[in-house]
Order: sequence, then structure tokens, then C-alpha cells
Amino acid sequence: MKPLNLFTTFTVSVLLVACAEEPGELQVGANPTLPAPSRGLLPTMKIPQPVGWEDRMPTVPDGYTITAIATDLKIPRQTLILPNGDILVAEGRGGNAPALKPKDVIAAYIKGKGTTSVESGNRITLLRDADGDGEYEFRSVFAADLNAPYGLAFIDNRIYVANQDALVWFDYEEGQTEASGAPQTLTELPSEINHHWTKAMTASADGRHLYVGIGSNSNITERGMTAEADRAVVWQVDVETGAHRTYASGLRNPTALAIQPGSGQLWAVVNERDEIGPDLVPDYLTRVQDGAFYGWPYAFWGPNADDRVRPQKPEKVVATIAPDYALGSHVAALGVDFSNEAMGQAFADGVFVGMHGSWNRAHPVGYKVVFVPFTNGAPAGPPIDVVTGFLDAENNTTRGRPVGVTVDPRGALIVADDLSNAIWRIVPDAAG
Amino acid sequence: MAVIVHTRYSEAIHPLHAVLLSGAFTLFLSALMSDIAYAKTFHIQWSNFASWLIVGGLLFASLALVFALVDLCRAQRRVPGIAAYFVLLLATWLVGFFNALMHARDAWAMMPGGLILSIVGTLLAALTTWLGFRTPHFVRSVR
Repeated sequence: MKPLNLFTTFTVSVLLVACAEEPGELQVGANPTLPAPSRGLLPTMKIPQPVGWEDRMPTVPDGYTITAIATDLKIPRQTLILPNGDILVAEGRGGNAPALKPKDVIAAYIKGKGTTSVESGNRITLLRDADGDGEYEFRSVFAADLNAPYGLAFIDNRIYVANQDALVWFDYEEGQTEASGAPQTLTELPSEINHHWTKAMTASADGRHLYVGIGSNSNITERGMTAEADRAVVWQVDVETGAHRTYASGLRNPTALAIQPGSGQLWAVVNERDEIGPDLVPDYLTRVQDGAFYGWPYAFWGPNADDRVRPQKPEKVVATIAPDYALGSHVAALGVDFSNEAMGQAFADGVFVGMHGSWNRAHPVGYKVVFVPFTNGAPAGPPIDVVTGFLDAENNTTRGRPVGVTVDPRGALIVADDLSNAIWRIVPDAAG
Repeated sequence: MAVIVHTRYSEAIHPLHAVLLSGAFTLFLSALMSDIAYAKTFHIQWSNFASWLIVGGLLFASLALVFALVDLCRAQRRVPGIAAYFVLLLATWLVGFFNALMHARDAWAMMPGGLILSIVGTLLAALTTWLGFRTPHFVRSVR
């Protein structure tokens, strides 16, 4: 009888998934192994339960010290270091994607168990360490009533904020702790549905442009192709006029952008698609090439077609270029920044990457900050763990989830944690 | 001369049970038609419709199952054919359940499994409905 067959198929597929997910080597580097796409009847979901830090702390390498410089924030995501050393923190939660299928209702409930219950801050908080002792004793709300701010950039006495629906700016004078007025809008940003709502942003080296990362409106076009106009792209926005052009496309969810010192090259971390297996598709770190197409939704990691997209576009599959460096599937990279020599010799050349952590995998991955070493301006070698201890050894509970990472030029790594609602600061010990 | 006639009288299915049963069939059929529309147009909204129609069909089939279970469990209602009806209804429900999971796959990933399960589920629902209406639900003697 048919139902019996189906039930057997279901059981077998669950077993297969269980076997396939033995913890193995993560796919990292330029040429990750890509298994065949697979999915059981149910998507694999593993959401570690949030718990408090109590007297514990995240783990950092020998010769480094970590402190929480701010707590009780309202969902901190990305940070910006101002010229005088003050730190701005964008806080909030966005997205207004309606549940289209019964699955959306259930999945949103399960995923929600792994995130904070704090209300969206919709504000920018300023942190100041006036005496330079590493304690940020002063704190003020720089701007409030924003709409899920995420990307932050500073150019010539202006602070630019990428809300989930618009790119806005504030005038800024050094030392200011509060915005002097309401923000001015430079340009609207695509915000319909906002399945992936975060608008990552960075300023070009010459200060003439802002790059804005705009994530897709679905995992893999399940909200229809019309919802994907102006999505999964990086915009280049003219700072003077607010005019934009699409700088690169096919980047499913470019969650953080950074400019490489020296070359001025734009780099991004991008979250790839879910629900085709524990080891597909690797999230990646890549230089963003002008005019390049990175595959979403038609293909992934070069010309590997995704069969879930209809109508298919073979010409787009062929046009897909492979990114530079795999960070591992489902790690959810949400932060990237270039390091400098003030961070100590081990981390002098390369990028830090904040990994929020997986849901679509039986063995959780991510939940840490790593360092990708560079040589001659390109990634060289496997990632090195920098901040860990967010996830317990049994993978059942999590104390924090890293998002944005920012390198303070004076030698500190600032990490936003949107689960414990804290800002962590990692510094090399004085002797080191 | 007075004649006493013993009539075996079979009562039709309970009206609510009938609505649930035929409703489940209609909803599964509608889901099948939506699947066909999605397969022909690639328009995602059809697959959304199908997903909810299947959930509706499952809800109706679940409630009909309660009726069938009561008929099955109460001795005075147990008539020949009721067990077959129950098993078929359960099979319809199971196919509908796996179909709901199949439809939870993103975009075209629900194909062709979702369409096949919709066809099987609709045929089973039709057969179940026919059997449900045909099987006498309890038998009593009228003097």
C-alpha cells in the first residue's frame, strides 16, 4: 500500500540524514567539496537553546583579553568606530515577511526560540571610553526612532545609517554624543517583504560611494521571482546624489561589507541557501567584482545549477562566478572587517568574520568569531578560531551569537552579540 | 390478518460526517488542481494555495476520522465494511500528511513528489468518500 511505502521512505531518509551529518571537516577555502543536494521530508532543524552567561566568558586565544563593554542593549548588530574612538552600535530587528505557507508559521516559531526576546531597539547607541582604560564608561542614545538600522558608515563629518528601508545620514561633529536632528534620507532602499532585511553598508576608500548589501527576498525564490527585483545585489550609491547602480548581483544575502586597506577593494561575506543538505551551500567571503554575477538563485559556487528554481536560466548558470573563500555551510557569517598590526602578530593580516550560527544542520556550526589569514591581499590558509565559547560542548545551549565585527585601529576587536545583547571587546595583552 | 414486518433499516452517514468527508475530497482535489497550475505556469502562488488546501483537507479528514473511529469502536454501530472505510480514510490522511511535508519544500523542490502525492491523495479521498457514503453506518430493526 502506498502510505506504507511512503512511511518507509520517510524513515530511511531520516536515517540517511542522520548518517550524513557526522561532524566532519568543514568546507573552507577556495575549493570546497560540494556534495549532491539532498533533503529529507523534513528540513533538519537544530536550534540550541539560549541561556545566560552568568559568570562565564567567551574564550579567546592566549595573549588576548575579552571584556563586555556594554550589556542590556536592544539587539546590537553592527558597530562603527568613529575617528575619536567612540563606538556606534546599530540595534534592531527588521523584516515584515508574511507567512505564505503553513511551513513559514512553524519554521518562524522554531527559529524564534534561538533568538532574543528583547524588543527591537531601532536606535543607535554611542559608547565612549574617555580615559582610554578600555572601560566604556559613557553611553548615550545617539539616534532613536530608526527603522531596523544595520549598516553604518562614516564619511567626512557625516554618519550614514542603512535602515531596512532607506539610507539616511546625520551631520556629525567630533565629540558629539547625540544626533543634532532627525536624519536626512539619501535614498530609499528595497524594502518590500524584506525576508532578508539587513542592509549592510560600507564607504568606498575615496569616500565618493557607499556600498549597500541587499539580501534576497526568499531562501530560493519561494516568494516568486517578482519579489526578487533589486534583491540579492550590492548597490553602489553616489554619496552626493543618492543615485545608485547595481555593482554586483547573485549574492543571496550579503550581510557585511568591508573595504580592503591599500587596494580599496570591496569584500563581502554572503549567506548562501538552505535546505539542500548540511554541507550545502558554503557561506563565503569574497571580493566583490564590479558587474559580476555570483549565482543566486540559479546556481551556487560557480555553475552548479539549483534545480529548485523555475523557470531555469542556463545562461545565468554559465555566467556564475565562484566566490573566493568558503567559510562553511550554514555558519551564517554576519560580520567582516580587516585587521591591522595593532591586533598582534598572529592576526595582523587578514579579516575577522562573525558567525551567527546554523539552524539547518543537526550539528550546529558557526557561533564564533574566526580570523581568515591573508597573504598578498588574498585569503591564505584555514580560518583560526578567535572568539568561541558561545555554544556549549554538547551543542544544546548557546550563550551568545556573534554578528558584526569591527577592528578598532588602536588594536581592539569589537563584536556585537545579538543574543546576549552585549558588545564584546577583544584586545591583545599589553605585553603581546 | 395482521402481519408483523421486521425491516432492516440502514441509516445514512451522519450529516456532519458527510460534510467532512466530501469537504476533504474537494480540498484535496483543489490542491491537485493548484499543483497542476503551478507545474504549468511556475507561478509560486499556486503552490501556496496548494499548501493551505492540503492543510484544510487534513483538518477535515482528521475530524472525519474521529467519526469513523467512533463507528468502529462502538459495537452496535460496527457494520460490515466499516473497517475497510476506516483504513482507507486513514490512508488518505497519511498521504495528505506526507503531501503537506512535501509541499513545505521551497519552490520547485516540491515537484514532482508533491504532484504525485496530490494525485494519489485525491484518488484515495474519492474512493474513501464513495465507500463512506455507501457503507451503512448503523443498523437497527424497526417494528
